[in-house]
Amino acid sequence: MSWFTRKDKGILTPTESKREAPDGLWYQCPSCKKAMHTREHRLFAYTCSNCNYHEKIGSQEYFELLFDQTKYTELDAMLSSGDPLNFVDTKRYPDRIKATEKKTGLKDAVRTAHGKVNDIEIVVSAMDFSFIGGSMGSVVGEKIARGIDYALAHKIPFLMISKSGGARMMEAGFSLMQMAKTSAKLALLAEAGIPYISLLTDPTTGGVTASYAMLGDFNISEPGALIGFAGPRVIRETIGKDLPKGFQSAEFVLEHGFLDFIVDRKDLKDKLSSLLGMLA
Amino acid sequence: MRTLLDFEKPIAELESKLVEMKKLAIDNNVDVSVAASQLEANIEQLKKETFTNLTRWQRVQLSRHPERPYTLDYIENICDEFIEIYGDRNVGDDKAMVGGFGKIDGETVMIIGQQKGRNTKQRQLRNFGMPNPEGYRKALRLMKMAEKFGKPIVTLIDTPGAFPGLEAEERGQGEAIARNIRDMFMLKVPVICIIIGEGASGGALGIAIGDRVLMLENTWYSVISPESCSSILWRSWDFKEQAAEALKLTATDMLNNGLVDGIIPEPLGGAHLDYATATQTVKKVILNTISELQKLSPSERINQRVDKFGGMGAYK
Ligand SMILES: [Zn+2]
Repeated sequence: MSWFTRKDKGILTPTESKREAPDGLWYQCPSCKKAMHTREHRLFAYTCSNCNYHEKIGSQEYFELLFDQTKYTELDAMLSSGDPLNFVDTKRYPDRIKATEKKTGLKDAVRTAHGKVNDIEIVVSAMDFSFIGGSMGSVVGEKIARGIDYALAHKIPFLMISKSGGARMMEAGFSLMQMAKTSAKLALLAEAGIPYISLLTDPTTGGVTASYAMLGDFNISEPGALIGFAGPRVIRETIGKDLPKGFQSAEFVLEHGFLDFIVDRKDLKDKLSSLLGMLA
Repeated sequence: MRTLLDFEKPIAELESKLVEMKKLAIDNNVDVSVAASQLEANIEQLKKETFTNLTRWQRVQLSRHPERPYTLDYIENICDEFIEIYGDRNVGDDKAMVGGFGKIDGETVMIIGQQKGRNTKQRQLRNFGMPNPEGYRKALRLMKMAEKFGKPIVTLIDTPGAFPGLEAEERGQGEAIARNIRDMFMLKVPVICIIIGEGASGGALGIAIGDRVLMLENTWYSVISPESCSSILWRSWDFKEQAAEALKLTATDMLNNGLVDGIIPEPLGGAHLDYATATQTVKKVILNTISELQKLSPSERINQRVDKFGGMGAYK
């Protein structure tokens, strides 16, 4: 493990690159269609300067937004997926993993890092939706578990940034038990009285919602994020009706009492350090 | 009328042939004992062949057999006394999740489980065994009560999933399940979890964190049902058999992968054919497991519980 600083240069996520102009300098907001310079977009923490739409971003972007001087140590960076069930659907699971690694440059759907947020030490695990829909397999569970272990050992707060469609079907029973594993570790963290902040970002659904994402001392979210246990399509099919407008949005979840607050991504870093400062 | 699964039909045909043969023998006063015992042997042979070579999808079908014993059937058959306890002390009483204190051979045990219905009306009442958040909260309330009074907990898992409804989302289905999972790790009393039918995903796991997690022989436990898996990965409902194979969701699979602790055998042909044997086997396992677990201190049990689930995963 080593400290390193990432140079400030254009960071492209797959979703972002699709919407960019050919010269790579322009970002168009999918919500209000306003075009803005990618540098401006990044300065706005990847939110729209016109309508405040929060673009989906990955672990790299969150680490850069949160850590002081973008300095951090990544933990367990090399952990990668096995194929315990020899799973084959329309593709072999190891082939799917390899193709996704190549496409995203990631090893799996979560990365963990240790660093400082406005001088407060913290461990952050952040999910990447671009890696098989942010699905939770053994690597996701294990990296989060180890991140919590690290927070426990060093007595520093833990921040989880969730973004997931839920289970990794290709790991079936193993995927399911990651809900148990991560919750077990969070039980230990809670016993030790160490703060756990869970940031649920767009989208957070399925087994992730039904385990670590909803277990924060503080469950917080970004404006407009989709948060739910069952996905909207499944619920629509169950009740045979269209869903009310805004159903399962962060604002809806807050009104029903399951979020502590919603934070604009531009204020995330300062609000986090302010909150953790009060608990210290 | 008995419900027959496809692979049960050839056996049922031979069985009705045997009944007919015996009836004919009485009516006509002839001795068919040789032929009858031959037929009986054939039936036994066919049963063994059928039920030792079930495909994974056939196990799933058996786990959903409409005549299979449900949670309240186990309770009725293994408890000398039982007091059902209702409600989550917040929203209401979820009929898809039942629970209460029972006495098994003099031992007071908290028994909690999902409950399915047997006819249309009951199925509706029990919501097909799919609990709402208040069901999970009721379960946790009962577990904490058992902990308070130092009584062991047995959970019986039989659900096609937590209910994916509008109100379930409004009342925090995800939060309810998550809290159960986390808090079950810290329970000071012994916790035994038994999959008695379907163990579908988070809806099952929400009451399935225990010192021992056991599966009956003809049950399944996984992160998704074969049908839903087929619809997502194959984009069609027609690949449920392949999906069941791929998911490795049977008791044997789950034990081989170290994701459950043991298998409870069922009577040949399935638990639905012989309630007495099926429920008595479960009763014995519960009593033996409780006395085994009571040899450990609460903190030993909690540490082992955390370590066991903490070690589950496959990575490089
Ligand atoms: Zn906009």
